[in-house]
Amino acid sequence: MSQHVAHLDQQKDTETVSLGFWLYLMTDCLLFATLFATFAVLRGNTAGGVSGQDIFDMNYVLIQTIALLTSSVTSGFALITARAKMYTASILWLFVTILFGASFLLLELQEFRTLFADGHGWHMSAFLSAFFTLVGTHGAHITAGLIWAIVLIVALVRKGITPRYVKNLTLFTMFWHFLDIIWIFIFTFVYAIGSLL
Amino acid sequence: MKAIKPNYIPYILGYIFSLVLTINAFVAVTQAQNGLTTSLFILLVGLAIGQLIVQVLFFLHLGRESKPRWNGLAFITMIMVVLFIVVGSIWIMNNLNYNMMGDHASDMIIKDEGLKRE
Repeated sequence: MSQHVAHLDQQKDTETVSLGFWLYLMTDCLLFATLFATFAVLRGNTAGGVSGQDIFDMNYVLIQTIALLTSSVTSGFALITARAKMYTASILWLFVTILFGASFLLLELQEFRTLFADGHGWHMSAFLSAFFTLVGTHGAHITAGLIWAIVLIVALVRKGITPRYVKNLTLFTMFWHFLDIIWIFIFTFVYAIGSLL
Repeated sequence: MKAIKPNYIPYILGYIFSLVLTINAFVAVTQAQNGLTTSLFILLVGLAIGQLIVQVLFFLHLGRESKPRWNGLAFITMIMVVLFIVVGSIWIMNNLNYNMMGDHASDMIIKDEGLKRE
């Protein structure tokens, strides 16, 4: 009986914490909204330099998109296997999540590097500044998420599947799915539409 | 802590739907002949919103929390504020550009809006 009460308490606790985290995600959306608005306003101000059509490669972005989407799904697998107390599976799925997330980040860094090498740095035009700020902010979130996932793996290896671990993993997956949703809009409004203008 | 049998189905369904929507957007953009037309723009925005709905339902499980539904309420408020910020910024800044076109601005505005000179 007391175990049952403890279980209910825990469930309540997880719900409260995830509501708080959800509210953080909603405010983070507003941060991205201002960056999207800035980008939309400044996308034409190329100062005689390159426009989106010149620098965006849709094949490259498609690979990035699929990598991040796959990572998002596997983080969900890590959560449901942890809830099922499947220790090895949870570690494995978290590892796959990090692998795909890191591939996404490396592809993005490679894109930035190429742009800089070709002389299209963030300081060349308002369009490029807005582009690097928006996409870079998303990349910074991804970096934070990857560090978080590594910390979760360490915690899992050291202490096994504890209620605390499941709670933290729940928040991590929310964060990770949220970043994938932001990426859909970067894919659509920055890359897809940008490559046509 | 009770073990809950893992249910992969929502994630796999969400994955398939998201992939289909992404690839649709990709094909629509790479096959576009006349740049960005209004119908193509509406299609791309529609596909993005479709994917937003798929991921919010299948991955974030919005709508499954117990009442009162604070998550849903915060989500709707967020969407509203985002629309205000984005649509409002684009609207105001376009209007500003239109009214600050330089020396020929007044001539163009008079012509555009069908006004008569005194």
